[in-house]
Amino acid sequence: MHKKVTFGGFGFPLLLLLPQLAITLVFFIWPAAQALYQSVLRQDAFGLRTTFVGLNNFARLLSDSSYLGSFKVTMVFSASVTLAGLAIALLLAVMADRTIKGATGYKTLLIIPYAVAPAVAGVLWYFLFNPSIGILAYLVRGMGYAWNHQTSGTDAMILVIIASVWKQISYNFLFFLAGLQAIPKSLIEAAAIDGAGPWKRFTSIIFPLLSPTTFFLMVVNVVYSFFETFGVIHATTSGGPGQSTTILVYKVFTDGFVALNLGSSAAQSVILMLIVILLTAIQFRYIERRVQY
Amino acid sequence: MVENRPWLTFLQHFVLLCGVALVVFPIWIAFVASTHDGRSLVSGVIPLLPGDLFFENYRTLLSEGMAGSGGGPVWLMLFNSLVMALSIAVGKIAISLLSAFAVVYFRFPFRMFCFWIIFATLMLPVEVRILPTFEVVANLGMLNSYAGLSIPLIASATATFLFRQFFLTVPDELTEAARMDGAGPFRFFKDILVPLSRTNIAAIFVIMFIYGWNQYLWPLLVTTDESFYTIVMGIQRMVTVADSYPRWHLAMATTVLALLPPVIVVVVMQRLFVKGLVETEK
Amino acid sequence: MADIAIKNVIKRYGDTQVIHGVSIDINDGELIVIVGPSGCGKSTLLRMVAGLEAISGGEISIAGRVVNRLEPKDRDIAMVFQNYALYPHMSVFDNMAYGLKIAGRPKEEIRERVEKAAKLLELSALLERRPRQLSGGQRQRVAMGRAIVRNPSVFLFDEPLSNLDAKLRVQMRLEIRQLQRSLATTSLYVTHDQVEAMTLADRLVVMNQGVAEQIDTPINIYDRPATVFVAGFIGSPSMNFLPGEVDAKGEAIALAQGPRLRSISQKLGNHAGRSITLGVRPEHLQPVAEGEQDFHLEAGVVETLGADVLVHGRLVEAGAAAPQVEGEGGAGIVAVRLPGHAKVAEGDRLPLKAQDGLLHLFDPESGKRLADV
Repeated sequence: MHKKVTFGGFGFPLLLLLPQLAITLVFFIWPAAQALYQSVLRQDAFGLRTTFVGLNNFARLLSDSSYLGSFKVTMVFSASVTLAGLAIALLLAVMADRTIKGATGYKTLLIIPYAVAPAVAGVLWYFLFNPSIGILAYLVRGMGYAWNHQTSGTDAMILVIIASVWKQISYNFLFFLAGLQAIPKSLIEAAAIDGAGPWKRFTSIIFPLLSPTTFFLMVVNVVYSFFETFGVIHATTSGGPGQSTTILVYKVFTDGFVALNLGSSAAQSVILMLIVILLTAIQFRYIERRVQY
Repeated sequence: MVENRPWLTFLQHFVLLCGVALVVFPIWIAFVASTHDGRSLVSGVIPLLPGDLFFENYRTLLSEGMAGSGGGPVWLMLFNSLVMALSIAVGKIAISLLSAFAVVYFRFPFRMFCFWIIFATLMLPVEVRILPTFEVVANLGMLNSYAGLSIPLIASATATFLFRQFFLTVPDELTEAARMDGAGPFRFFKDILVPLSRTNIAAIFVIMFIYGWNQYLWPLLVTTDESFYTIVMGIQRMVTVADSYPRWHLAMATTVLALLPPVIVVVVMQRLFVKGLVETEK
Repeated sequence: MADIAIKNVIKRYGDTQVIHGVSIDINDGELIVIVGPSGCGKSTLLRMVAGLEAISGGEISIAGRVVNRLEPKDRDIAMVFQNYALYPHMSVFDNMAYGLKIAGRPKEEIRERVEKAAKLLELSALLERRPRQLSGGQRQRVAMGRAIVRNPSVFLFDEPLSNLDAKLRVQMRLEIRQLQRSLATTSLYVTHDQVEAMTLADRLVVMNQGVAEQIDTPINIYDRPATVFVAGFIGSPSMNFLPGEVDAKGEAIALAQGPRLRSISQKLGNHAGRSITLGVRPEHLQPVAEGEQDFHLEAGVVETLGADVLVHGRLVEAGAAAPQVEGEGGAGIVAVRLPGHAKVAEGDRLPLKAQDGLLHLFDPESGKRLADV
């Protein structure tokens, strides 16, 4: 899509683009290139000598059980966050789409978590599940389960999933609601006249028509769970206990920043980049397809 | 709706109330905890109603901070967060408006190339280039500075796209009328395009303010001097301390302070924000 | 005040040429209307005069000054756009004042000029409103006010009335005419509406496929269209075109559909024996008493308009049994305009006579006008 009416000149538009391009090149493209470059190098323990090792760093990663473990943790985490987040938000959106009294009030309250930082969301739930004073830990204990996310990997995982889902509900809710409101009312009325009840209408009309939104949100949520949840994990479990909540992004951070293993961290960055590019490409294909409708 | 079924309406209210409870409960408990004293929190179960120490706890926190947490007074963290969020929001809007204007209203060599470079930022979130970006910022001497906190984050493909989409819908006749009136490109941008984009600018502002306020990893990387700590990153230290000492009331008060500004912005500017959010991703 | 000279102007987009050497001389104070079907290049031509499109060849001068390379603002012109192009975020006053502000005129002068123009256009009470609070006609006036305050030497109008409803269009047409007369500013006006073109123009330019087919006063264009295209485009319903042949003596025209026209006003000696296209306007076919006719029309669809009755039908030779069917659909259909209360029913055979001196002969190959008959 292009404008027919434009201004002339060459220098002026480049001047306009300069700030954005400069920042992008210095803080995005250059570091990304550095990560690529460092991913094929290895430094010795004192950081004095650097040698070219080809794809060696990648080969090591893929045979490293802690890295593969982190991959598995990420998959479990990401799948749970995405599925739970979408399911809850869809339920709420479907309920809020029907006109009822107080709908605006519900909506206002439901969008609050969007404004809450992932780290803060993590801390809120960390406090609720605190083994000694948390009110939810107390309730769970009352049901006969000794909750302790400081010692149990499963409990820790559940904690970060809950916090991450909670934070993302608003976003999913808003998009589902927009998707629902874009469905022509006449279609639903036609289905009602054909004798379809509310549940039948949802499964045969609303949900299929919502599938573009659902797909879009799936990709967005996968990206969210891969990257933006860093704050949730860092502020609460710090990847533990053990490695049980160390997702890939968290591992890049600890290996690079805490353990100062540059080559490995760079190689992990490159793998993550590939994942984002893949996800973005999927999203883009989808957007393109939607544009054609 | 199509039919009137009382039980369905009841179900709706019930589900939405559950949803609201799920959303509000953690924040409520944090608020309640922030109004009690540290000791009453650790002895037994947490109360469900606010205590009477609201003013005292928040005053201590804002002026002195929390002992043992390695951070300064919380007002400074709030101030740092505010500076960072505002710089990021304003910066992103400014450079995105300029570059969207250039890409839409001019034809020049490498136009699409520039466009793709900007687009690439979408595929390179901070999280995947932590270490090399840190090195760049360190080499530029931008650690422990407001510039280091904000400038690297103000390149935004999202905002550029939104403005581009909007500019494409501005009728060509307006541009031509402005040309007939003698307005050059900059005049047109300043007098016509930017005022027409007000709604979009406001929507992007809300989204980017929240984005900036809620940054966590980035301030963690580029600040070591506690006078540059932002509130969201500062919380983590407080929680670590609260686990060992009975200071949960202060940690939770900090949490409330950390989430309050963006929540207020979202709720107050709800309509704009929702419109902006849903349209950005189109 | 200025005259405009458009000399052999050409417009190319890449390899496609859309305007093929148009020349128009516009006198000071004249209102010239360019009319033509969509895609004929009329708007492009106007936009080249405005400076919104580059000129690929030829020359445009305003008041004796070649403007080919001048920015719109330096051409001393003002333009009224089809959808008005009012700045939605500015008040009516600011919309009208914007050009003057950019030109750096003093505040008092701007106020004075805007108020004067507003008074002229009866906009004085609306100066603080935003465009979206105005009706279509009011917006149209603001768009004109914006042009007037600049006090330019030339007004350009790009289909300014096409977004208005029919009634308002007639009213605004009159206002534009009056305004232009009283300001006596040279104006170039583009439209696809022939009624607008006929009523407004001092002179009319009929364009087709990037060529100015004819430039003349409206009445001359109506009376003596230079080409088949112009003849068909101006006038409603369209002129009837009937293929035929001039007889060997040049005294009669034999129509391909059968009938012969004998009573032509002049000898066509130099066209004797030649194939022609006969053009006759629906209003120039007259019902006559049986026996005096050139041919009969077997009535098909009859449209009653109140003031007139339009009859569409086929020609039949006097006494012939059935109409000769030629081609499909509209081909061979002839329209006739009869007075309002003429009683005609489908299937009637009307004896008709073509009025002498109001017939047009065209060359069927080139479409050019050959002679008046």
